[in-house]
Amino acid sequence: MTVPVTIRLQQADFDTAREIAAMTDGRSDVGAVVSFSGVCRGGEGGDAIDALTLEHYPGMAEAEIGRHVEEALARWPLLGVTVIHRHGRIEPGENIVLVVTASSHRQAAFEAAEFLMDYLKTRAPFWKREDRAAGDANWVDAAAHDDAAAARWTKS
Amino acid sequence: MKVVYFAWVRERIGKAEETVEPPAEVRTVGDLIGWLAGRGETYAHAFETPRVIRAAIDHAHVPPETAIAGAREIAFFPPMTGG
Repeated sequence: MTVPVTIRLQQADFDTAREIAAMTDGRSDVGAVVSFSGVCRGGEGGDAIDALTLEHYPGMAEAEIGRHVEEALARWPLLGVTVIHRHGRIEPGENIVLVVTASSHRQAAFEAAEFLMDYLKTRAPFWKREDRAAGDANWVDAAAHDDAAAARWTKS
Repeated sequence: MKVVYFAWVRERIGKAEETVEPPAEVRTVGDLIGWLAGRGETYAHAFETPRVIRAAIDHAHVPPETAIAGAREIAFFPPMTGG
């Protein structure tokens, strides 16, 4: 059986509840659905931002996410995967990314969702710019802890 | 070959893409970074710290020692910060 995979890159928001429900629509083999939502923070340590602007590399972003979904399907007995990543201007409180994984038992769904997020953060070609009042803007630096989180999936 | 730039690499160079014709001795992605860095101040600024620059050939990540022969599109960008 082919596992249903949905990968979408879009400017528009998405409906998390709808995407989770779609994992189990019309089927009874799924026993676990895990979802992760990445949400735009309003800033950190008193340093407020107006919005994030997410730039991406069209074509490669889809291809890279697709490669990681394929790897997840090879590593865990999944019954469905959905990855949605927004681009463009995103304001605090808005969704940025959604990963939904389905499996018969919870461990595969939990692990695959975490694996996909760790790789999305370090390998998918997206870049966040923080936009502040008065036109000030800066590109977010990559975090070493994100690289470490992705690297642990290659240890065995 | 077509070269594309993203995020602060794009901003520093001042363009999102261009077609370049590097000389034959420019064989690898790392060579190309060095050659591009010599094209002017904006390029020198974009590529001032080559080890942080990430590259992709035809939509797949590649290390700097990768040969560029046959590439249709080479991308240069900072470490990724999506998710």
